[in-house]
Amino acid sequence: MSPDAEFRAANRVERHAVLGDLEPAPEVTLWFEGRAVKAREGEPILSALVAAGVGILRYTKKGSPRRMFCGIGRCTDCVMTVDGVPGVRTCVTAARDGMRIERQKGVGRWAEEDSRDGA
Amino acid sequence: MERDTKPAVVVGAGPAGLCAAIELKRAGAPVLLMDENAKPGGQLFKQIHKFFGSQEHRAGVRGFEIGRDLLRESLDLGIDVRLDTEVVGLGPDLKVWAVEARQRSYTLEASRIILATGATENAVPFPGWTLPGVMTAGCAQTMINVHRVLPGKRVLMVGSGNVGVIVAYQLLQAGAEVAAVIEAAPALGGYGVHTAKVRRAGVPMLVRTTIVRAEGTEGVERAVIAEVDGKFQPQSGTERTLEVDTICLAVGLTPSIELASLAGCKTVYVPELGGHMPLHDEFMRSSVPAVYVVGDIAGVEEASTAMEEGRLAGIHAAYSMGYLDSGEMEKRTADTRRRLRALRQGVFGEKRFTAKERVLAEKEKECP
Repeated sequence: MSPDAEFRAANRVERHAVLGDLEPAPEVTLWFEGRAVKAREGEPILSALVAAGVGILRYTKKGSPRRMFCGIGRCTDCVMTVDGVPGVRTCVTAARDGMRIERQKGVGRWAEEDSRDGA
Repeated sequence: MERDTKPAVVVGAGPAGLCAAIELKRAGAPVLLMDENAKPGGQLFKQIHKFFGSQEHRAGVRGFEIGRDLLRESLDLGIDVRLDTEVVGLGPDLKVWAVEARQRSYTLEASRIILATGATENAVPFPGWTLPGVMTAGCAQTMINVHRVLPGKRVLMVGSGNVGVIVAYQLLQAGAEVAAVIEAAPALGGYGVHTAKVRRAGVPMLVRTTIVRAEGTEGVERAVIAEVDGKFQPQSGTERTLEVDTICLAVGLTPSIELASLAGCKTVYVPELGGHMPLHDEFMRSSVPAVYVVGDIAGVEEASTAMEEGRLAGIHAAYSMGYLDSGEMEKRTADTRRRLRALRQGVFGEKRFTAKERVLAEKEKECP
């Protein structure tokens, strides 16, 4: 999936025979890799990214891509760097307006380490 | 009788934990209900299908409606529910170590501990299984029914037990295509009602079939499946490729027994109930008398049985803390046990009933 195609996908389940129409929710903006992604306030970061069509959430140390596996905070497949903190389980972390979300490689790096290193 | 004033701590606010806390509170016993999630209900709010059983088991009512009623009841009773609270440690001394909002940690002393920690979905490794797009069936179910997001457009479901067929149907309801449901065993594993719905929707149900590998570069693009022989080995020449972007794994659950192990509860291996699980008696007491285990941690069954087990433990804990007399305890638990027995009938239920009887017998032998 090319980066441009990522944000065109609309994966929301708007209508549902049992659950009814998706209820409106306040919208917040996440910054994924520097690009705006709309989220429903309070939903997990993970579902907002998947709804926007983001296919890869992180890479392992060896460069293998990952997205999600258990979706409920058990497996760490979906961990990302959130506001400079690596290893955040995005499936159990609520989206808040203005959050900076980045893909990480391996276990990632703390933002402080970067500044200490003069990066 | 002297009453215990330290609280009973219930870990896990799913169906079992909620019912345990409700029974304790009803009896007037001090109780704290803790859950690591931001919302209570466990997996109940993902269950949008109708439950089975009889009228008194609320058959025909959807899981999320039952969850809503339990929450209302616990609120009306004024139960102290601590969300975003993860129990990370406990010992045979009944000291509970909790972390709140992933920031603050504290310990407290409990008089009883009721573990309702649930189960974890199993994984099955195959070449390509780490690719984005391979996930547990529960993950897909959470995405569509709770967060209202489709995890993919075209799905292969691996496993035809209840979870597999129910989530396959719910994926269809959410607007995905299901390319097939595959099952390594010679027969489909789920309840007929759920299986039939998927079949009627035109989804191929393939028995004696396994997944060989997932293919793709940045995510799943194809799944290769094959027929298996009597020893579950793929047979050459039977391979088929399905164009899918998602592969869901519904290959069973394992009781989440970490906290029970920390508390020193003895375990037993029962394959029919998901593997290693704590021993327990008819009141759901583990080998550590003040520690109870209820719901999927005490053997993987269903939300309906989990609720009754929670009630059993809640009633008995309230009695052992001095808040119910023995007559009242006997009466309330007898009612619960009768309902529980009714839930463990039929081809699937009897198997679980027999396995549970073995657990009770083993407990009797180990802790006379």
